[in-house]
Amino acid sequence: MIKVEHIAKKYGKVEALQDISFEVEAGEIYGIIGPDGAGKTTLFRILTTLILADKGNACLNGWDVRKDYRLIRNNIGYMPGRFSLYQDLSVEENLQFFASIFKTRIETNYHLIKDIYQQLAPFKKRRAGALSGGMKQKLALCCALIHKPLILFLDEPTTGVDPVSRKELWDLLKQLKAEGITLVVSTSYMDEAGRCDRIALMLKGHFLSVDTPQNIVNHYTDDLWAVSSCNMSKLLTDLKNYPAMKSCYAFGDVHHISLQQQATAYTTSQQALQTYLENLHHNELSIRKIEASIEDCFMELAARSSLENKKPKQYV
Amino acid sequence: MYKETHTHEEHLSIVAQGLTKRFGSFTAVDNISFNVKKGEIFGFLGANGAGKTTAMKMLCGLSKPTSGNATVAGFDVSTQSEQIKKNIGYMSQKFALYEDLKVWENMRLYAGIYGLNDNEIKSRTDEILQQLDFQNERNTLVKALPLGWKQKLAFSISIIHQPDIVFLDEPTGGVDPAARRQFWELIYQTADKGITVFVTTHYMDEAEYCNRICILVDGKIVALDSPKQLKETYSAQNIDEVFRLLARKAIRNQ
Repeated sequence: MIKVEHIAKKYGKVEALQDISFEVEAGEIYGIIGPDGAGKTTLFRILTTLILADKGNACLNGWDVRKDYRLIRNNIGYMPGRFSLYQDLSVEENLQFFASIFKTRIETNYHLIKDIYQQLAPFKKRRAGALSGGMKQKLALCCALIHKPLILFLDEPTTGVDPVSRKELWDLLKQLKAEGITLVVSTSYMDEAGRCDRIALMLKGHFLSVDTPQNIVNHYTDDLWAVSSCNMSKLLTDLKNYPAMKSCYAFGDVHHISLQQQATAYTTSQQALQTYLENLHHNELSIRKIEASIEDCFMELAARSSLENKKPKQYV
Repeated sequence: MYKETHTHEEHLSIVAQGLTKRFGSFTAVDNISFNVKKGEIFGFLGANGAGKTTAMKMLCGLSKPTSGNATVAGFDVSTQSEQIKKNIGYMSQKFALYEDLKVWENMRLYAGIYGLNDNEIKSRTDEILQQLDFQNERNTLVKALPLGWKQKLAFSISIIHQPDIVFLDEPTGGVDPAARRQFWELIYQTADKGITVFVTTHYMDEAEYCNRICILVDGKIVALDSPKQLKETYSAQNIDEVFRLLARKAIRNQ
């Protein structure tokens, strides 16, 4: 459904996108996951034909983003990160407006937006600018769906949204997938990766990895342990000072650590680490082997890529 | 409804009693009472629309309570809002630094606003640059810094005047995972120096790093305890689960 080949984009000296290539299958939920400044929005703006890439090609449903931009615009939905509806129009008027510019009627695809629009119905006479953040977002989603797009682009729909509302939104995206819509969604929340069929982990203008969330986790090569004790702050410092330590990060109520493979077999054993920490008077010590999360994988891939680049300092 | 009693006011950075804010017929913050200890990392959680921002505004002296009262850093939010502003730090993800000013210029600007003298400004600037390992970035424009660096700098500048307490409003949104953790290490160092940290976040793993967490639902405090105790009380694996359990009871529409 989407084919991107060697896309690059510069803003002045800043390389926002560096040689990006990927494909999105029809009907899948494709997640682009990375922090602010990774280049997610630039990529979305190129695919939605709002800006041109410096290099490379991209096709959506066989249409070229340069030549066939009219066709593309008629057939995709785009919900930008920043609220972009008409603040002075009411909820109802915004929806009406988007329906009419796409030459359709609200009733035609009402089933797609019914669940969301019902929550908005009590406020349909209210100006969009006077809605709360959550309601604005629901309205923006309705407007992006009103013409039943082939592909729906959602740029950071869950940024600044609480965990409960985030879950609701993802449930909704799953329903849209069932309607046959292809979804491209960006997020900076790593824990949302599991809701996507495939994900691209993105940092500093390039993709670190593209795969199903499970395969990315399976490719995490190091042994990973979760460590906790009754003094977590001191534990973090002590772990960082352990000779064979490769990576050590706080993860909620535990610390996740991996050890250097080339260190001696003794220092990489669980027993050696346990003895080391006990000697530092850690009580209620727990060390257990765990499966990596997407966030572990992201940090490992990011560290590896910055080593490969060997540049002294990398600005996003 | 959670209520706390207190005896040692001098050890407390915030004392809120029956704090309430109404907008017309809508009660945004509904009779909340809590204390925050000096040097504590206090997490303030709630769904969008639960009343977090309104409560924060009252505590920062930007909005007067409809009823109830609170003292912050020993000053009354209703009658001493100017003293409060001098004695707190504030940082939000949305606005923090002037992008077109250099690192040192931003520090100079904020330090001047907080009334530091030239000697203090010089020593605090050097101290912060050293602590952040930013000595080489003194003359860099803020807009050229990666987001994670900007956030660390913004946080350090928000406490350039060494306030009693600092309010952090979703400080780590959109920051990459490694930088997010470095930011929290900075929060720990700050609390160790005795500065109270009042923080809101949507990352539930970060809630685990707080000494105590307060969860707001429909303007009311429904839970206030250490992360460990909350998990035990609600037989939950993590704070995310506790949050979902409690926030699900919300009736107020966002």
